[in-house]
Amino acid sequence: MAGQVDALYIYLLLVSGFMTALIFLSVLVLAIKYRRSAGHHAKPIEGSTLLEITWSIIPLMVMMTFFVWGAVIYFQERTPPADATEVYVVAKQWMWKIEHMEGQREINELHVPVGQNIKLIMTSQDVIHSFYVPAFRLKQDVLPGRYTTLWFKATKPGRYHLFCAEYCGTQHSGMGGDIVVMEPQEYAQWMAGGPTAPLQDTGKQLFSTLGCATCHRFDVQGRGPNLLGVYSKPVLLEDGRTVIADENYVRESILNPTAKIVNGFKPVMPTFQGIVSEEQLNALVAYVKSLAQPPPGTAGLQSQPVASPAQPQNMQVQ
Amino acid sequence: MRFQPGNGGIPVQNSEAVTVEHEAHNPALLHHFADAQQQKNAASLGMWLFLVTEIMFFGGMFCAYLVYRLNHFNAFAAGSQQLSILLGATNTAVLIISSVTVVLAVKAAEAGKRKVLVGYLVVTVLLGMTFLVIKGFEYREKFEKHLVPGPTFQFTDTFDDNGKQIPVNPKETELFFSLYFAMTGMHALHMIIGCGLFSVLAILAWKGHYTPGYYTPVENAGLYWHLVDIIWIYLFPLLYLISRHS
Amino acid sequence: MATIGIPANQAPVSAPKLNYLNNGHTLKSWLLTTDHKRIAILYLISVTFFFFIGGFFAMLIRLELLTPQGDLMQADTYNKVFTMHGMIMVFFFLIPVVPAVLGNFLVPLMIGAKDLAFPRINLLSWYLYIVGGVLMSHVMLTGGVDTGWTFYTPFSTDYTNTKIVEAGLAVFIAGFSSIFTGLNFIVTIHRMRAPGLTWDRLPLFIWANYATSLIMILGTPVVAITIVLVAVERLFHLGIFDPRLGGDPLLFQHLFWFYSHPAVYIMILPSMGVVSELIACSARKRIFGYKFVALSSVAIAVFGFLVWAHHMFVAGISLYAAMIFSFLSFSVGVPSAVKVFNWTATLYKGSISYATPMLYAFGFIGLFTMGGLTGLMLATIGIDVHVTDTYFVVAHFHYVMVGGVLMGYLGGLHFWWPKMTGRMYPEAWAKLSALLVFVGFNLTFFPQFILGYLGMPRRYWQYPPEFQTLNVMSTAGASILAAGYLLPMIYFVWSLRYGKIVTEPNPWAAAGLEWKTSSPPPTFNFDETPVVTWEAYNYDEIPAWERRHPGAK
Repeated sequence: MAGQVDALYIYLLLVSGFMTALIFLSVLVLAIKYRRSAGHHAKPIEGSTLLEITWSIIPLMVMMTFFVWGAVIYFQERTPPADATEVYVVAKQWMWKIEHMEGQREINELHVPVGQNIKLIMTSQDVIHSFYVPAFRLKQDVLPGRYTTLWFKATKPGRYHLFCAEYCGTQHSGMGGDIVVMEPQEYAQWMAGGPTAPLQDTGKQLFSTLGCATCHRFDVQGRGPNLLGVYSKPVLLEDGRTVIADENYVRESILNPTAKIVNGFKPVMPTFQGIVSEEQLNALVAYVKSLAQPPPGTAGLQSQPVASPAQPQNMQVQ
Repeated sequence: MRFQPGNGGIPVQNSEAVTVEHEAHNPALLHHFADAQQQKNAASLGMWLFLVTEIMFFGGMFCAYLVYRLNHFNAFAAGSQQLSILLGATNTAVLIISSVTVVLAVKAAEAGKRKVLVGYLVVTVLLGMTFLVIKGFEYREKFEKHLVPGPTFQFTDTFDDNGKQIPVNPKETELFFSLYFAMTGMHALHMIIGCGLFSVLAILAWKGHYTPGYYTPVENAGLYWHLVDIIWIYLFPLLYLISRHS
Repeated sequence: MATIGIPANQAPVSAPKLNYLNNGHTLKSWLLTTDHKRIAILYLISVTFFFFIGGFFAMLIRLELLTPQGDLMQADTYNKVFTMHGMIMVFFFLIPVVPAVLGNFLVPLMIGAKDLAFPRINLLSWYLYIVGGVLMSHVMLTGGVDTGWTFYTPFSTDYTNTKIVEAGLAVFIAGFSSIFTGLNFIVTIHRMRAPGLTWDRLPLFIWANYATSLIMILGTPVVAITIVLVAVERLFHLGIFDPRLGGDPLLFQHLFWFYSHPAVYIMILPSMGVVSELIACSARKRIFGYKFVALSSVAIAVFGFLVWAHHMFVAGISLYAAMIFSFLSFSVGVPSAVKVFNWTATLYKGSISYATPMLYAFGFIGLFTMGGLTGLMLATIGIDVHVTDTYFVVAHFHYVMVGGVLMGYLGGLHFWWPKMTGRMYPEAWAKLSALLVFVGFNLTFFPQFILGYLGMPRRYWQYPPEFQTLNVMSTAGASILAAGYLLPMIYFVWSLRYGKIVTEPNPWAAAGLEWKTSSPPPTFNFDETPVVTWEAYNYDEIPAWERRHPGAK
C-alpha cells in the first residue's frame, strides 16, 4: 500500500513540477522578452474564450486523474479484509495501549507478524489522538466515544515509527512508539512470552461477573436477546430499523442500551457507562464477536422475538 | 450631538482649490452620499446583509440541533415533552402581534403620524418584554425541575409515545436541554437588544427625528425585529413540538 | 476619454496641500475619524504590530526546532507558542490585512466615492479589532492558550486549563470587525459606484474584495457561534461536543471548518486582486481575460464553501463523504489556475517594468502556484492520509499564506505607498528586501514539504533526530525571511520623513480612479465626482510616465 501511495505521489510531483516549471519559465521568458524598452508599447489584448475553456478543462481533467487514483487507494485503505487479525488500541494522554486478541498487552509498541492483515480497532480515553505510521503511509484519528479502524499488512520486518498526529496536549510529541514487524516464528515466540489470557476469555469472564449472562442466555429465551451468532448480522429494532451488529453497535448496547432496542424486547437493560473501562469494553466486544460460532454444549437457540410484549413464553422468571 | 462622518470634528474642507458648498438638505443626509435615495438604499442593503449574518449565526446551532435530533430522537422528544406548549404558543402569539405593531409603526412613520408611531414602538417594546417575562418563568421552572444541564441535571422521565413509555438516556436529554438553553438564550439576548433598540427609537421618534422623508432607522430596526420573530417561529416547533400529538 | 482633476504635466508643488493626512493633527482627529483613509492607516499600524508579535512567536518556534530535543522551553510553553502564533497570524493579521488596510483605503477611491457606505461602522470595525487584539494580548501575557489555533474539542472544552473563553471572546470580537468590513464593502460597491462605472468596468481589486466580503459575512458568523458553544460548554457544562453526554466532537470540526476553510479564501482573494492591479500596471495592459478573472473570484468564494471537510479526511468521517469532499476540492483549484494563466498571458506583448511591486507580483505567481499545486496533492485523499497533520500541510499553507497573501500585500503596499503617503520608498532597498523575502521564504518552507512526507507530524516540540538537518535549514531560511520583513518596516518609516516627495497624482501612470486624485488624496477623495466613460485598465489611452516626463530620470 505504501508503494502505491508513493507511486501516486511521484505522479503528482511530476505533474506539479511540470506545471511549476511551465509557469516559472513562461513568466521568466515573457518578462524578459517584453521588458520595458523605449519605443515598444504594450499591445492591448482582451482575452480568448477558447483559451480560457482549454486551460480550465485540461487542468480539470488532470485533476480528475488525481482524484480517481487517490480515491481508489483510499477505498482500499478504508476496507479491511475480512480475515484481518484484530488488535485493540486505546489512546490516552499520552500513550498508546495495545491489546492483542490473545491477551498480550503493550504500551507504545505494536508487535505484528509480517505478511498478515492487521486491523486496529481504536478508541480514545480522553481527547482526540491520531495513530500515524509514516512507513505505512497510514493515519487514522482516534476519537473518544466511538471506535475507528485502521488496517494494514506489513511487508518487511523492522521497526517503524508510530506517532500521535493529532495535537492532544503537553506530551503530544512524546506520544510515540514503534510498530515492530517480525517474522512469523519470532512473532509466535514473542506472543508465547506473555501470561495474559486471550481477550475474549477476559470478556467471557466479565460477561459472567457483570451479570450479563443473567438476561442474555444461550440455553433458553432470556430477558435479553440471545447473543449467539449475533455479531455482524442484521438486527431488527423496535422502531422498524435494521442495523448491523458491528463493534460500535455492541459497544453502544453496553453503554447506552435504550438507544437501539431489539424488536420484541423490553427496554430493561441497565447502562454500564462508568462501570466498565475501555479495556473491559474491548474484551466484552471481543467475546461477543467470538460467539459467532456457538460455544460447545449450548443448544444453539437463536433469539426469538416474543409473541406479546407483556409476557414472553417459556421465560424463566429471574 | 450627531456623530457625523467627517474628520473627527475638523471643519470639512476638501482641498485648497475647492470649498464644499451644497444646497440645504435634510440634516439626516450624510455628506458622503450623493442623495437621500442612495443613502436609504445603502442603509437598507446593509441591514439585509446584517440579517444574513444573523441567519448564519443561528444556523450553526440549528445544524447542531439537526444532527443530534436525528441521532437521539427519543431523548429529544422526551425533553420536548417537558416544555409547556401553552407558554410557548403564547410567546409565539406575542411575537407575531409585536411584528404587526412593528409594521404599523413603520406605516405611521411613513405617514408622518408621530404620536401613533411612538405608540406602536412602545407597544412593541412592551410585547417584547412580555415575551422575556414569560421566558423567565419558563427558565425558572426548568431550574426547579432540575432540567438545567450541568451537575444539577436530573432526568428520569420517559418519552411518551402515544401511551408507550420509552425510556431514554438522560445524558442525551441533557444534550437536548443544552441546545434548548443555548438557542432560546441566544434568541432572548437578541430580543433584549431589540427592546433596547426600539426604546431608543421611541425616544427619538418622540423628539421628532423621523419624518415621512426620513424614517429609515424605523424600517431597518423593523427588519431586525421581524428576523428575531422568524427565528422564534422556527424555534418553537423544533423545541416544543417534538412528537406532541395527543 | 476624460481625464479629470489635476493636469498630467503639472509642475511640482512645494507648498504643502491640505490632504487627508494633514487635515487635522490632533489625536482625537485620528481616533474619532470616519475617513476611510485614516482608518486604513490605523489598521496599517495595528496590523503591523500584530504581525511582528506573530512573527516573534514564529521565531521562537524555529529556534526550538533547531534541535530534536525540547531544550529551549517546556513542552507546555511550546504548545502555547505555536497556538498564539497561529491565532495572532490568522485572526489578527491574515484575515484583516489586505481588506482593512488596502481595501479600506482604495475601495472608495477606485469606485469614485467619497467614503465607504457606513463610515462610522468602519471606525467601529477598527475599534472592535483593537478590543479583540487587546483581549488576545492579555491572554498572551497571562499564560496564553495551548489548544492550537484550531481549538479542537474535547481538548479545548474539557481538558485544557488555559484561557479558552477569553481567547474565544477576542476572536469573536475580531470576527465582528471582519463582518462589518465585509458588509461595508458590499453595500459600497453595490450602491456608491461613480456614474458610468458599471460592474464590467470595475478594477479587479474591487471584484476581489467583493467576493471576499461575501465570504466574510456568510462564514464568520458560523465560527462566532462555534466559539459561543465552546465557551458555553466550558463555562456552564452544557455538553454539546462532549461524547460522554452523547455529543460529537466531530460536530465541532464541521462547524469550525465551515468557516475556517472559506476564511483562507478571505485571506487570498484580496491579495489576488492586488496582483491583478500590479501586473496590469507593470505590463501596461489590461489583464488578459478580465471577465474570467473577475468571475473566478466569485467562483472561488462560492466553491470555497463546499469543501470544508477536506480538513477531516482522517477525522472519522464516512468513506463516501470523504470522496465527495475530495472531488469538490478539486473544483476550487480550477478558478485559481485560471487566474494564474491569465496573469501569465497578460505578460505577452506587454511592456514590463521590474519595479518592486512587480517583483512581488512575480513572486506571488510562482509561490502561489507551488502552494496551490500542493493543495491539490492534499485534496487527493490517498496522499492526504499520509501527509495530513504533518509538516507537509504546514508548508502548503505557508506557501499560500506567506508566499501568496503576504507577497501580494507587500507588493500592494509598495505600489500604493506614494498614493497613501505622498512619499516614495527607496527602490534599491525594496528590491533587496523582495529578494531576501523570496529566498528566505523558500529556504524556510520548502524543506518542510520534505519533512512532512518523511513523516514529521506538526505541533511537535521534540522530534526524532533524523529530521534535524531539514529543520536547521528551515530555521536558517527563517532568519533570512525575518531580515526581509524588517527592512521594509525600517525603510517605509524612513520614507515618511526622508523619502522622495511624490507630487503628482499618478507616479506609476497607472489606470484606476485612485490615480486621478492627488497623492495623498484630500479628505473627501475627489474635488468633483468622476464620470466614467472608459473601460478598466485603459492603458492604451494612458501615456507612460516616461513619455509624459521626457528627459526626466
